[in-house]
Amino acid sequence: MSDRLLNKTMFIDGKEYAYDGERNVLEVLRKAGYDIPTLCYRSDLSVYGACRMCVVEIEGKGVVTSCTIPPEPGMKIRVNTARVRRVRKISLELLLANHHRDCTTCLKSGDCDLQHLANKMGIKDIRFAPRQETLAVDSANPSIVRDPNKCILCGACVRVCREVQGKNVLDFTHRGSKTVVSPAYNKKLSEVDCTYCGQCVAVCPTGALRVKSDIEKVWNGLGDPSKKVIVQVAPAVRVAVAEAFRFPAGTNLIGMITAVLRRLGFDKVFDTTFAADLTIMEEAAEFADRLKNNGPLPLMTSCCPAWVKLVEQKYPQFLENLSSCRSPQQMFGAVAKKLLAAHYGIDRKDLVVVSVMPCTAKKAEARRPEFRQGEQLDVDIVITTQELIKMIRESGVDLRQVKEEPMDLPFGEHTGAGVIFGSSGGVAEAALRTAVEWVTGAPVKDIDIKEVRGVESFKELQLMLNGSMVKVAVVNTLQQAACLLDQIKKGECDYHLIEVMACPGGCIGGAGQPYSIDNNLLRIKRSQGLYDIDQNMPVRKSHENPQIKRLYGEWLKEPNSHLAHELLHTGYHSKRRIQARDVNLSPGSRTDVVDVRVCVGTSCYLRGAYDFIGILKKEIEAHGLGGSVDIKGTFCLEHCGKGPNIMIDGELVHHAVPERAREIFDQYILPKCKKEVG
Amino acid sequence: MNAVEQGFQRDLERINQIVEKNGNDRTHLIAILQDIQHEFRFLPEEVLIYLSTVMNIPLSSIYGVATFYGQFSLEPKGKFEIKVCDGTACHVRKSGVIIEAIRKKLGLTAGKKTTDDLKFTFETVSCLGACGLAPVVVINEKVYPQVTPEKISQIIDQYKNEEES
Repeated sequence: MSDRLLNKTMFIDGKEYAYDGERNVLEVLRKAGYDIPTLCYRSDLSVYGACRMCVVEIEGKGVVTSCTIPPEPGMKIRVNTARVRRVRKISLELLLANHHRDCTTCLKSGDCDLQHLANKMGIKDIRFAPRQETLAVDSANPSIVRDPNKCILCGACVRVCREVQGKNVLDFTHRGSKTVVSPAYNKKLSEVDCTYCGQCVAVCPTGALRVKSDIEKVWNGLGDPSKKVIVQVAPAVRVAVAEAFRFPAGTNLIGMITAVLRRLGFDKVFDTTFAADLTIMEEAAEFADRLKNNGPLPLMTSCCPAWVKLVEQKYPQFLENLSSCRSPQQMFGAVAKKLLAAHYGIDRKDLVVVSVMPCTAKKAEARRPEFRQGEQLDVDIVITTQELIKMIRESGVDLRQVKEEPMDLPFGEHTGAGVIFGSSGGVAEAALRTAVEWVTGAPVKDIDIKEVRGVESFKELQLMLNGSMVKVAVVNTLQQAACLLDQIKKGECDYHLIEVMACPGGCIGGAGQPYSIDNNLLRIKRSQGLYDIDQNMPVRKSHENPQIKRLYGEWLKEPNSHLAHELLHTGYHSKRRIQARDVNLSPGSRTDVVDVRVCVGTSCYLRGAYDFIGILKKEIEAHGLGGSVDIKGTFCLEHCGKGPNIMIDGELVHHAVPERAREIFDQYILPKCKKEVG
Repeated sequence: MNAVEQGFQRDLERINQIVEKNGNDRTHLIAILQDIQHEFRFLPEEVLIYLSTVMNIPLSSIYGVATFYGQFSLEPKGKFEIKVCDGTACHVRKSGVIIEAIRKKLGLTAGKKTTDDLKFTFETVSCLGACGLAPVVVINEKVYPQVTPEKISQIIDQYKNEEES
């Protein structure tokens, strides 16, 4: 025993250090108190060893990257030698030579790991010629800007997209000096199946991937005297601004945020947490209803827009499982534009709704066609926590000097249940606090549901409800969510309620939040911060929120009422994943009479679209119509639930399974051919 | 429809056959891409999207492989692929004038490698391993040794005539 313990030590600059369980020398060094620089290393991703910043000298191995070397007993490591410093500096210079160094106007300036390192290493001169070529910047989507000119090829975005989100939107393309990280065919993020979760932005050490800024739009709104500008602040934001203003991570600063927002010029400051309570009212009612009427179950939460987009693009068979409830952000927007505008006696066009969110995908969600009236959005502008911090700094208001203030009524009143929405497990816990009471008809005393708390990516819970077992699953990260859906598809598990959040740890780990080198620790502290707030709230169940009761009493009447349905619910549609041309399937020259497009996207392909084409071709040949039917393979006609889908001269035909090929040919194609020929 | 689209019949059946022949496994991706390139003379985008569905490999990964290797082309290639060696031995034996002559004859430039009628694609390569025959030109699989600008002009004419007859 003592021998084994003795063996587990290494020497760092001549001093002996014990190690136990660290995966690599870098982790041992950091535990020993060394501040070893890294750009590509992320403790929650696979090791890549590309940036060469973490080099050290190991006796017998020379200068090596400490992130790729597992610890060995008796290792002799030197951290600060002339060779180490030289190798590190040259690597950094080479990275900087290929980097567009417009730091002063870069959005990432001040938060950029590359900039920090250049400063720390004392880089004053770059001896290598800069890259001549300027590559196109993709800013076509509402959430994320991708600027390959600032990319240092650390691959963190590629790994997080693959390993954490299971998406593979980004990958290394081309080779050598021409290597670029990009989506396939250098398509825009809006043309592929990116969910805008933004985790690539959260791990990018430079400004190559950044959150699209909407700060100017907010200042413009605030500066317009004809507008009333109101703001909603999401639950996870209150525990994420602390570090930026030198408070301990996870501290709840909602009182100060409220005070600062008023000084910035917002007419009213409200809480998305109120809308979260509203979501619970509708979602708990929906859950109780689906339990009673046998489905569709499991009910899946729909607060996370990245998750909703994943289902719409990749799992259309689960669309009806998604809760029809809008997310809290959109419930707030709809209610504010309809009821608040009326309450203030102003036109909805003169009310500007701003939200402060921990999320990049919320920017895209606010622009969905479901959430607007004509050109007018329900939520006009979405800024992230990071953007809020920038605005506060820009304004000159010193957050540390302001006194805490309460939010405005009516939509500032909230419960502990709404607050925990920001953490993975929080939505499920809040929903159960209400749903269990409604289903059983008896008040619940012990409302803490600890089984679903914490930042782990999978949690489950079983509880007895009126004599029957109810199973709940809580997942975060899209990889974990996809894994669960695949299991459900195979019939390997059954749940009644599933909560999904796309970001690790839930919204507290959202890509709109400030990051650090140790995002894991930040997530744990922020999550704890939210549960602490909940613990100290006088009201901790959504349905006991007095302003919620008033809203239902005066306007909505009851959950799922006609008005509630109009304002608080929505629908989902299957969506195409990749924008591309159709594939030509007909041979030779044609007179192109009947245009047949068969979907060969994943969902339709798996249901037999390929065999359908085979039979259809034979049928066409048998009738000698090879020259007058043009068959094309297309990628997704956006009705996956009714697939396989085909389009004949612009007319959609569903359920085109191989068995129906002849019938469809006779019914739809043959008459058209005869007509054209006749 | 342009010449490119008309020139190729993209048949999903053929892609499925290629995948089946090689085995539907991501470790066979390069072999499958080679066969697809052989079939279509390049890797059409729509075909790779379809392949990503059939093989359940992310399109970004397939695209990453396809752009990594010089042997794969994402642009349509001509029926006859002309490769001129511009390695050291061929270069000192004046491959430069041959390159110029071919480009002039076919109306190509360094950026435009394939003729509009999709008959010829012209590329330079770094070494064909036949330095004794310098300067060397290879058309499809056939090797032409000690080429001069006049000779290559005649050779290209032969291919053009062969095509017409």
